[in-house]
Amino acid sequence: MDLLRIGCGSGFSGDRLDAPLPVVEALIAAGGPAALMLEVLGERTLALAQRERLHRPEAGYEPALVDLLRPILARCVAHGIPIVTNGGAANPRGAARAALALARELGLPGLRVGVVEGDDIRGTPALAGLDPWEGDAGAVLEPERVIAANVYLGAAPIAAALRQGAQLVITGRCSDPALALGPMLAHFGWGEAEWDRLAAGTLAGHLLECGAQVTGGYFADPGVKDVPGLAEIGFPIAEIDAEGGILITKPPGTGGLVDRRTVTEQMLYELHDPAAYLTPDVVLDITGVTLTEEGPDRVRLSGARGRPRPPALKATVSLPGGWLGEGEISYAGPNARARAELAGRVLRQRLEKLGLAAQARLDLIGVVSVFGGDAGPPAGLDDIAPPDIRLRLALATATREEAERAVREVLSLYCCGPAGGGGVRSRVVDRIRTLSFLVPRERLSPTVSLLTLEDA
Amino acid sequence: MIPLHRLAHARAGDKGNRLNLALIAHDPAHWRHLAAEVTEEKVLALFAHRGATAVRRYDLPGLGAFNFVVEDVLQGGVNGALNLDGHGKTLSFLLLSMAVRESQE
Repeated sequence: MDLLRIGCGSGFSGDRLDAPLPVVEALIAAGGPAALMLEVLGERTLALAQRERLHRPEAGYEPALVDLLRPILARCVAHGIPIVTNGGAANPRGAARAALALARELGLPGLRVGVVEGDDIRGTPALAGLDPWEGDAGAVLEPERVIAANVYLGAAPIAAALRQGAQLVITGRCSDPALALGPMLAHFGWGEAEWDRLAAGTLAGHLLECGAQVTGGYFADPGVKDVPGLAEIGFPIAEIDAEGGILITKPPGTGGLVDRRTVTEQMLYELHDPAAYLTPDVVLDITGVTLTEEGPDRVRLSGARGRPRPPALKATVSLPGGWLGEGEISYAGPNARARAELAGRVLRQRLEKLGLAAQARLDLIGVVSVFGGDAGPPAGLDDIAPPDIRLRLALATATREEAERAVREVLSLYCCGPAGGGGVRSRVVDRIRTLSFLVPRERLSPTVSLLTLEDA
Repeated sequence: MIPLHRLAHARAGDKGNRLNLALIAHDPAHWRHLAAEVTEEKVLALFAHRGATAVRRYDLPGLGAFNFVVEDVLQGGVNGALNLDGHGKTLSFLLLSMAVRESQE
């Protein structure tokens, strides 16, 4: 049977840099057609990249891209395994130039890099008068304040680049599953209205897109759901057939596990209506999907259904989001909680004097922090007596100066606060606010360019 | 009563100010019991202190699973929240701390 194997070597910006190589080696050992995807682009990452590019025009792509590619590029080229990544971020062409420089260094002067552009609509007429996505109802777009505005493109431009012979495809914003669906379109020649096949390919891409999250990462709960070998967890490989059959597995000899439970957790990850997962390529319905454990670390999926793709594409728009100040201090040993609570009351009074108390939050890390609301934890969540407590202040301000002034109050708890406080850390960062809008398809014209060292 | 953690596992995901919680029965035979115990109303009450305004439950009996979509629970999400965990990733375990009746099956 004609099988296409797609491996995933990275599930987010910040993932393990040594993850891709075992996947590539497994794809080579399996033989047959294969592709590798590297997903590295978060919602916020793109705005940071756009900002970076303002300071350095050659920058603005994923900083770890070359580190991710270095161990695998020559192996992939030698074995005809194309690599598809959204690591172009705000500057796919800049990323292509960096990859071509790496290729020269590795003795691969003939590398062909496909660059997908057209997702970036900042400063273009495509931004005018857009409707917000339902989750951001009421949001108003102020084009002059926009830091970044990028549309989630689909799989078609990636497939086009591969058909033109690209060995590495670099995109900016596209839907994460498209990084896997693109190679499937190029390999199987699926038509753009074969909704059930596109749905199966999108489901496979969704399962792969977070890397180890389908192979036992983000899953272990000791004594309840044990996972072997998290330190050397294997990243996923999907085996796809021409009819859209899917099998999820991982490289032999690696840590982690693939079973009904890991696959189900990832299948539902970041999903809303399971009958209508909207992507640029198809509306995916997973309500009829069945899973079969075919053997150790092998799960087969069938029953994905597709409906026609939506008329509009989602765009993430990033705007300045003010400043965030954070400061922490620890109290331990006898009466630690009372001292930490006293320090919190002192901070509140000091922030009231500064007129900054309204936008501040205090956490007692070790009692209740992440579960609580800004007003504190609900009754019943804090009836434990821990030996070691960290008081945390977080506040939102309009200016850097206000944030710095507030976190300084945490530092001054050393000499002015309760007994035995230690280990103060603080930071002040500017924030980016993101909103989603819907862009009619006809406003967009994605482009594909093939670059070699002669162009770079 | 027992913690939901005994009967199911969960994973949280975010999109803006929305949280999704996938809840999966350890033993698919417990799905019907979980359907009766883990209602939209109870989940909304569990997240009330976080400002949740609505909960929608999608049933996936074939997968032994549910998907809960909780609205307005993330204070604007990862880019707006003051919470250490702006994504709400830890909240899967708040769901698993819910007290439920033991299954008779």
